[in-house]
Amino acid sequence: MRLGLVIDLDVCVGCHACAIACKEWNASGTIGPLSDYQPYGAEPSGVWFNRIRHFEMDEYPNNKTINFPMSCMHCEDADCVTVCPTGASYKRAEDGIVLIDQNKCMGCNYCSWACPYGARELDRSSGTMKKCTLCIDRIYDEKLPVEERQPSCVLTCPAHARMFGDFDDPDSAVSRVVRERGGYPLMPELNYNPTNTYLPPRRKPVIEIETKPKGGLKESIKQFANRLVRR
Amino acid sequence: MHPAFSVIFFTVASGAGFGLFSLLFITDVFKLGGGFSREQLVIGGIVAMALIVFGLLSSTFHLANPKNAWRAVSRFRTSWLSREGVFAIVFMPLALVYLASIWFEAPAWLRDTVGFMTAVLAWVTVFSTGMIYACLKTIRQWNTPLVPANYLALGYASGSLLLLAGAVLAGLQTLPFIAMAALIVSIAAVLKAIYYFWIRSPGLTPTMNTATGLTRAKLKLLDTGHTHGTFLTQEFGFQLAREKASLLKVVVFGLGFAVPGLMLVWVFNEQGGQGAAIVAALAGIAGAAVERWLFFAEARHVVNLYHGAQRC
Ligand code: SF4
Ligand code: SF4
Repeated sequence: MRLGLVIDLDVCVGCHACAIACKEWNASGTIGPLSDYQPYGAEPSGVWFNRIRHFEMDEYPNNKTINFPMSCMHCEDADCVTVCPTGASYKRAEDGIVLIDQNKCMGCNYCSWACPYGARELDRSSGTMKKCTLCIDRIYDEKLPVEERQPSCVLTCPAHARMFGDFDDPDSAVSRVVRERGGYPLMPELNYNPTNTYLPPRRKPVIEIETKPKGGLKESIKQFANRLVRR
Repeated sequence: MHPAFSVIFFTVASGAGFGLFSLLFITDVFKLGGGFSREQLVIGGIVAMALIVFGLLSSTFHLANPKNAWRAVSRFRTSWLSREGVFAIVFMPLALVYLASIWFEAPAWLRDTVGFMTAVLAWVTVFSTGMIYACLKTIRQWNTPLVPANYLALGYASGSLLLLAGAVLAGLQTLPFIAMAALIVSIAAVLKAIYYFWIRSPGLTPTMNTATGLTRAKLKLLDTGHTHGTFLTQEFGFQLAREKASLLKVVVFGLGFAVPGLMLVWVFNEQGGQGAAIVAALAGIAGAAVERWLFFAEARHVVNLYHGAQRC
């Protein structure tokens, strides 16, 4: 099994609901708490597993805003795991989930240096590294109804921009949508082979913008008068 | 990358310590400059080990959770940080055996064998320190064989200058020590110059477009999505103005290589040799510290591409 997420960049509305749901679930999950520093102060900051950035592609009138959620990609060739000197970081053979053993981590930050995707964040209050667990304590919880055995972010997303599944199974919904929509990994040139896959924004027809026809003499006089008479 | 002073102090101090120790062994084998006395060799060895131990201790200040530091040797097979730890730990008892064999005048074969092994381990440890940085694919400015080469060259340059100061203080014949220091310091200077030329354009780098996969048009960041700084911006967001970097490179060359070079000439001409030798060692180490700061400050982690950088 190779569990991971598909994120549809065409659909994500950038509402940050996944990040909030993730923080909510995981702060009371296996790895939590997730510290906040000065939550009501001048410089609020804290540990998040999921961050959404916003980009603008191309220029007016062809521009498009793209909301870009990122969390751990659960890479196949994860350097974050190989560089860890304590053995705190590990990748599960059975489902490919990358985890950090909080009892072994010494907080050296080395794994965060090795991660190209900014998926690991040090928790200053526990002194340990933290990251997305793919909600391991949800997806295997047999007390939950089957349809709820999914990561929090996926369940919460109001736009349904996220899917969760097994990429090793060619018939799974995630594998199918990746095939059909041309899903791609981020920064493939670094060879981390991330599991999470992104669906590109679709091309939309360019909206024709009519240039305003030049008015005649009457229009010019009207505009001139309008400028004189302050309304 | 954010330059952490504990790490800078660690790499500079332990690099100098390992360099000094292995050069001390060479001095001992070839009886350079007439050879140090038994006491002098042991004092030199203790100074080198003190530098290494203080360096290692300072590196633990950089850990957020030092109570687990003992686990750091458990991933020898994959992690250069683990390897460095293991080599440094194996070095210690061997170095003590070597110093003991000098002190108790053990048979030459024993003394030389242990000394050789210690010198090799010192070399391997500094190489591993360099590889901690060089193995990261996420930082182009570090991901090059020039990095371990630089760590070795600078560690041995600092060590050779310390050794020269020791030789002058001990009243030995200084010529071999001057020659050795001059050679190693020039190699370090050349390697550093190559590195500085190279990082001006370190080849193909990921861009904001490849980082997001949105390659069909120009891209710009609208919003980072966080209210204030995050761990990521603190750790990786460090920016250094180009002019300041150039100025610091001049300082590295002036302080780290030119001043020691001049002082070597001074010692050679025997005009107040002791002061000059000490100035050479201190300047060399200070230059190495500035070099190390710059090494961190100039490194650009690819995560910056998600925070607005167009390329790294
Ligand atoms: S995204 Fe980063 S933290 Fe997650 S597996 Fe890949 S390298 Fe490791
Ligand atoms: S911070 Fe923790 S998990 Fe990361 S490399 Fe260091 S010990 Fe391993």
